[in-house]
Amino acid sequence: MTKFSSTPAVVAAISPLLEVTAIEVFYESSILAVADVSLRVGPGEIVALLGANGAGKSTTLKAISGLVLADRAVVSRGDIRLRGESVAGIAANLLAARGIVHVLEGRHVFGHLTVEENLRAGTFLRRPGRREMERGIEEIYGYFPRLRTKRSTPAGLTSGGEQQMLAIGRALLTRPELVLLDEPSMGLAPIIVEEIFEIITALNRSNGTAFLIAEQNVAVSLRHAHRGYVLDNGRVAIEANADELLARGNLADIYLGV
Amino acid sequence: MSLFLETLIGGLLAGTMYSLVAIGFVLIYKASGVFNFAQGSILLFSALLLVTLHEAGLPFVLSAALTMLVLIAGAVVIEHTVLRPLANRSPMTLFMATLGLSYVVEGTAQGLMGAQVHALDLGIEDVPIFFGDVLVSQFDLIAATTAGTLALVLALLFNRTRIGISLRAVADDTRAALSIGINLNRIWQIVWAVAGMVGLVAGVMWGARQGVQFSLSLVVLKALPVLIIGGFTSIGGAIVGGLIVGAAENLAETYIGPFIGGGITPWFPYVLAIAFLYVRPAGLFGERALERV
Repeated sequence: MTKFSSTPAVVAAISPLLEVTAIEVFYESSILAVADVSLRVGPGEIVALLGANGAGKSTTLKAISGLVLADRAVVSRGDIRLRGESVAGIAANLLAARGIVHVLEGRHVFGHLTVEENLRAGTFLRRPGRREMERGIEEIYGYFPRLRTKRSTPAGLTSGGEQQMLAIGRALLTRPELVLLDEPSMGLAPIIVEEIFEIITALNRSNGTAFLIAEQNVAVSLRHAHRGYVLDNGRVAIEANADELLARGNLADIYLGV
Repeated sequence: MSLFLETLIGGLLAGTMYSLVAIGFVLIYKASGVFNFAQGSILLFSALLLVTLHEAGLPFVLSAALTMLVLIAGAVVIEHTVLRPLANRSPMTLFMATLGLSYVVEGTAQGLMGAQVHALDLGIEDVPIFFGDVLVSQFDLIAATTAGTLALVLALLFNRTRIGISLRAVADDTRAALSIGINLNRIWQIVWAVAGMVGLVAGVMWGARQGVQFSLSLVVLKALPVLIIGGFTSIGGAIVGGLIVGAAENLAETYIGPFIGGGITPWFPYVLAIAFLYVRPAGLFGERALERV
């Protein structure tokens, strides 16, 4: 593991919101997807998780959110701590209640539900009253005005960008402290990607929501993140502040496995 | 002409009896992608329990309430012992599990309540009513009203309530539902309990018509073509499918039957279902993947 400058974002070092220590993840008890990943996310931080296809980004996120269980995979070594408490092996729906929400790769909106029903589903976790639910949904429409115009459209019929916005909006309605975003830029036009990342940054500033973002789009994600990790073959290859990673020109080497 | 109308209307109304059975399947298939083979035996079990309690001297309403409680408890037990351990397995595994479950439920019913035929009198007189010169069975009318009401209540439940939206969310994308904190196990318990209630209603109607007995669990076989025609994922489809099957088998029996010596009703719906599989494999109202390219 190559470590760059010694003090990446001081907050994370003092009291991490999320601390992943040397986890190993197996699928169906035979396929090793993550060999040795350690990372931390401080409160209110945006952290980028970079790496090529198959580097273990998605599996790492699933291990954190508990969705590995739904894929019949297990965290066989290491530990995952949220505010100091171990959360490894806890089911995803219970972790959502504790403040971790996962926006899956490929968006995964509820296609047959309308845009607004999708957002409503996001609010159920906190059991809000009718008024409070409406207010929460209005807030999301404020961030993503396009969603308001599509509110009665089945989510499956909206565009890729709108689905990504919907998936993020729905996740935010669970009132998370940490949002795990898996490839938010996938299949989207650059201008939409930029829009989405700007909203993420705005949300991060106004609510202090922390984000851990798995991305292949290095440039955009590092411009908006505070720190970054580069995964290679299921291990952390580099850990550094975002601007240092951006300055370093040879990330492509790791992507290409050179 | 009046023979045609009478056959058609009689068939349509009788078809709603099939719809009643099919709706129970749709609920569970929608929420978990499982064809619940045990629906027939749950239907039998619930009708049998209600009749047994009623015959033991309890008022009808109290027997029905107790039966519902047992169905809710049963749903929780099934979720814990069958669905949860097998979560994320292939649909075939789950189907086999429900096949096994159907024998367990039937065996339990027989062990606890015996195998006799029980009469169930709902106080509906099966006297024909004349509309103009068309003869309609009163019982069929009530069955049709029951099916219609049930579909309406379920539609409201699905579209207007939090439980309903969560349920459809789970049906659409289990992982995404988990990720936003929806409790899958609770949803399954609710769906199985509701499907049990639907089974109870269907069991009572069928039981009132032909006596509460073990052959009741075979109405599953009547529901299958209804589901293929209407689609496995739509309650409206179950209603329309039931109407089509009912009307078609009645018309076939009347107009084709005499030429080939009758006995068409048991197999004609299957011929129809196969024809539908050729042209519309998802059924009339079945959901295909909703995706924009």
